[in-house]
Amino acid sequence: MRKSLVYLIPFLWLLALFFVPFLIVFKISLSDIALARPPYMPQLDLSEGLAGIRAFLSELDFENFVFLTTDSLYWKAYLSSLRIALIATFLTLLVGYPIAYGMARAPHHWRPTLLMLVILPFWTSFLIRVYAWMGILGQEGYLNQVLLWTGLISEPLSILNTNTAVYIGVVYTYLPFMILPIYAALERLDISLIEAAEDLGCSRTSAFWLVTFPLSRPGVTAGCFLVFIPTIGEFVIPSLLGGSKTLMIGKVLWEEFFSNRDWPVASAVAVVLLLILIVPIIFFQKNQQRQAEADA
Amino acid sequence: MRRLSAFNVVSLTLGFAFLYVPMLILVIYSFNESKLVTVWAGFSTKWYGELAGNQQFLDAAWVTLRVAFFSSTIATVLGTMAAYALIRSGRFWGRTAFSGMIYAPLVMPEVITGLSLLLLFIAIGLDRGILTLVLAHTTFCMCYVSVVVSSRLITFDQSLEEAARDLGCTAAESFRLVTLPIIAPAVVSGWLLAFTLSLDDLVIASFTSGPSSTTLPIKIFSSVRLGVSPEINALSTIMIGIVAIGVIIASLMTKRSMARRLADEAAADRAELT
Repeated sequence: MRKSLVYLIPFLWLLALFFVPFLIVFKISLSDIALARPPYMPQLDLSEGLAGIRAFLSELDFENFVFLTTDSLYWKAYLSSLRIALIATFLTLLVGYPIAYGMARAPHHWRPTLLMLVILPFWTSFLIRVYAWMGILGQEGYLNQVLLWTGLISEPLSILNTNTAVYIGVVYTYLPFMILPIYAALERLDISLIEAAEDLGCSRTSAFWLVTFPLSRPGVTAGCFLVFIPTIGEFVIPSLLGGSKTLMIGKVLWEEFFSNRDWPVASAVAVVLLLILIVPIIFFQKNQQRQAEADA
Repeated sequence: MRRLSAFNVVSLTLGFAFLYVPMLILVIYSFNESKLVTVWAGFSTKWYGELAGNQQFLDAAWVTLRVAFFSSTIATVLGTMAAYALIRSGRFWGRTAFSGMIYAPLVMPEVITGLSLLLLFIAIGLDRGILTLVLAHTTFCMCYVSVVVSSRLITFDQSLEEAARDLGCTAAESFRLVTLPIIAPAVVSGWLLAFTLSLDDLVIASFTSGPSSTTLPIKIFSSVRLGVSPEINALSTIMIGIVAIGVIIASLMTKRSMARRLADEAAADRAELT
């Protein structure tokens, strides 16, 4: 009896506060906007019994989803989120791999410190880490000051409020998620394999591409998913660093809800976003499972 | 491992500079005299004074701390129970759905979690305030706690629990006397993680808080939207400082407990030899 309580309590909690809310989102995505409180209709009226339920169900339709396909704002936002996430993931890999590689080759007694230095930013506020870049990238920001002072540029660069700033923000905030799995893969790498490749006549570069990189692939895959998946629905980075031209679906959903107060459309946007995310999440799960089986 | 090449040294140096210089600039410019954040006009702590006199920020900080304390504490209890059920109970009805619900919130975009919780609260007629914030934060934090605790439970030698049961402990006693002390470090770090996640959350809090329960991130976000401000720099410096101090204390403590464990093991070895 007591044993079942141990899982029943968290199970029921998640059922009520994670699963049921999704059903509500789905239901509201089939409703219509209304000038009422709450601002959507139909409302379920149980006092009329079965007839009430039937009337309620007949009012639900997929109109909002049709609307998402007809208004180009939405599909452009989905595509643009995917593109930004893809480019940002690639850039994070480009920045993160050499760091992870350097960490894996550092002397043993340095590694715990280096590892802590990578994890530490994760404990500091995400919002503050994004905010820090607003002062750096602005028109009169520190970066422009330095570049103007050194004479590398004569006109200040406009980086803040562009997609470039969003890329920098994503790379900066998600870098630990990329470094850690790659480091874990590289650290387990058997050094004698590389020595063997070099003995057999490989140059250092070709030994890297033929031996080291393929063996670190699981870490690279895991890191890429860990950056890619949350970036698609990102809200804080595009709204602080991005400009009016930066289209990301998280921002669209937010504005649809808070500015337009169109809850049914916001819910439909959420349902479609969830459907898009399921594909990479399943791939990620498969990758993790394969990894766990390979370790066992 | 072979020696670090020049390439390794350069990439490590640049990498860690990239991670830390932005925060360092923030800290330095929080002591700037000028209202213009990007122009250095001499050392001053006046922005900290202004911050201490800003009642709105203080109120928001108090709300945030209370929410973080309650939600991380409830999340730790629920998350530990969930981890225990997942790792120890073997197969039970609804296990797949259960583990799915534990891992899904970790990858769910915050805008969706926030929206869905808000729609739930409105559907059941719950007014938005501290309570809805705690419910929302507990839900996503418990999943993180459960991941941290279950990674410890997997490596834990189950025969210790069985031995306690054989010696006459009830299930509850064996959990309290054997399991809990061993998984305690994971439970504590789960609580700390939940606490910082709750402190940090902007998106879910924006959906689930009411006008009387504005949290610090919401306050920071609305003032940061208008641009960089020296007061926010000062506030950021305080928050970065708290984290840095916490991490230093934690690493000193683990170092000391490692040293004690090593000493204990050495003593045990000596005792075995004699």
